[in-house]
Amino acid sequence: MKVNTPRARLLRHTGIYVAAFLTTAFVATPILFALLGGFKDNQQLRENALGLPNPWNVQNYTDVLESGAFWQQVFSSIFIALITTFIVVACSAMIAFVFARFAFRGREGLFTLFAAGMMFPFAVAVLPLFIILRSFELLNSPLGVILPQAAFGLPLTIIILRTFFRSIPGEVEEAATIDGAGPWLFFTRILLPMSRPVLATTSVLALVGSWNSFLLPLVVLQKSTWWTLPLGVTQFSGQYASDTAKVLAFVMLAMLPALVFYAFAERHLISGLTSGGTKG
Amino acid sequence: MTLKESPGASPVTGRSDRRAGTSPRRRSGRPGAGTLATFIAPGLMLFLLFVIVPVLFAAYVAFFRWNGLGGVPTDFVGLENFRNLLQDEVFLGDLWRLGLIVVLSLAVQLPLSFGLAMLLHQRFPGRTAFRLLFFVPYVLTEAVTAVLFRLVLSPNRGFADSLLATVGIDTHIGWLSDRNIVMFVIFGILTWKFFGFHMILFLAGRQNIPDELYEAAAIDGATGAQAFRSITLPLMGPTVRMIVFLSIIGSVQLFDLVYVLTGGGPFHASETLAITMYEQGFQRNQIGYASALSIAMFLISLVFALLYQRFVLNRDLQGSLTNAGGNR
Repeated sequence: MKVNTPRARLLRHTGIYVAAFLTTAFVATPILFALLGGFKDNQQLRENALGLPNPWNVQNYTDVLESGAFWQQVFSSIFIALITTFIVVACSAMIAFVFARFAFRGREGLFTLFAAGMMFPFAVAVLPLFIILRSFELLNSPLGVILPQAAFGLPLTIIILRTFFRSIPGEVEEAATIDGAGPWLFFTRILLPMSRPVLATTSVLALVGSWNSFLLPLVVLQKSTWWTLPLGVTQFSGQYASDTAKVLAFVMLAMLPALVFYAFAERHLISGLTSGGTKG
Repeated sequence: MTLKESPGASPVTGRSDRRAGTSPRRRSGRPGAGTLATFIAPGLMLFLLFVIVPVLFAAYVAFFRWNGLGGVPTDFVGLENFRNLLQDEVFLGDLWRLGLIVVLSLAVQLPLSFGLAMLLHQRFPGRTAFRLLFFVPYVLTEAVTAVLFRLVLSPNRGFADSLLATVGIDTHIGWLSDRNIVMFVIFGILTWKFFGFHMILFLAGRQNIPDELYEAAAIDGATGAQAFRSITLPLMGPTVRMIVFLSIIGSVQLFDLVYVLTGGGPFHASETLAITMYEQGFQRNQIGYASALSIAMFLISLVFALLYQRFVLNRDLQGSLTNAGGNR
């Protein structure tokens, strides 16, 4: 199959590198444009669209970083993502535990109900959700974003956790029971600590989903008080439509948290997103 | 509720835990119905209130003419909303554009990702870095990506125009304002955003094929191309089928990226089902009509998913929906 003379390998590697570098250019160009564009002023952007900034101009970045709106949006995004993640993982873990370890009448029906939830595109529910949230007076409240997001995250999280919980040997539970642990004690003291990797995976999924979510915040958060970053970026780009350099700086700073998170949690992120993807 | 021990073997994973085979016996510490209910209740309430009720409510409202005000809808119009939908050029256009995106994805985007995955499966210095890099666009928020590309493609000598000018192509293209090309531009951006994700899934599928198969083929004198055709392609089947499924379902729900990029314009030329639903429901307060559109979207996904499961993901793949794509 593979010919491994040095000449053949050189040829093969050259082909691979050409393709890889072309793809790299395709991926990196828009991001570099934002990164470097943020260091230019608008005149430079017009006259020197492709080159390096000259002089380098940090004004755009410092303007964004000194604005209260940016930090408020970062805070909202993080706050909403963390609470969503906590709710969806906690609720799913409890349900998945019961589904995985106990048999009771109606279990399969209930599980099917949750699994069917994966079939509902979020856009299908957003209109009635809006009406329901309005009648609960949850519009413009972070809870109005958190609760529906958590609810739509349940099916996938339950399925992943149930599969994992089932793989934990029954002896572990029997030993705990013999030592007098009830289901709560077993769940919190033994099962959850044993499930740390899969809990991390599902948390990453929920976190990323919430961080990227756009349609629900767009509908629920009409006042800017709780705007998340995706809303803030789109609004900012409309407001400063003529100040391209500043919008680029804002875009770059809005992408940064995700990039940093990716750099540090790459393994969890990829395994979570790909397992989430194949399970979705 | 009657309680007994859960059966051991997991039909989903095929992994059996060690209780399998031993006869079920009752444990002294088994929980009562009340305990089980406290475990299930919080999640179930959340799920019913924010998933099931809204979906049922949408299905109900779809049969009314309603502007969303004043409690509950009262103006029952039967199937009128659905009939109007079938004569709505925007809706029919949405379906056509959905078809276009799906065809382009299957014909261009997925083969591209597949090819890159095959390349990055080879061992060569720097491959991990490339793999990490190609995944980056997928990590970025769709709405933020859309703002970025709006600036890249901005008219009047924007970045894309300047870039093309350096290689001698003089473009005065309204990338996002020319109704004849806007869908292809959007497809390009979708490719930028999603090819890395598909590539990683293909790569995972490829890595699950044991090397022994290729060694055996080499011993039998098979060429690389033969091995690719007879081993790689068939064994990648489940992964490919899964990615095709994900890609199509994702296309049906397309909203964030296109909405921020073009708002569906110019003149509906890039509108998607979800954008039409949003416009009708939230801008024009045609809640009944928009609900009918939501239900149509749901039915499209559902019918597609069922047909796909039935005819493409055959019985031999059952369970792979809940198992990582590469598991066999």
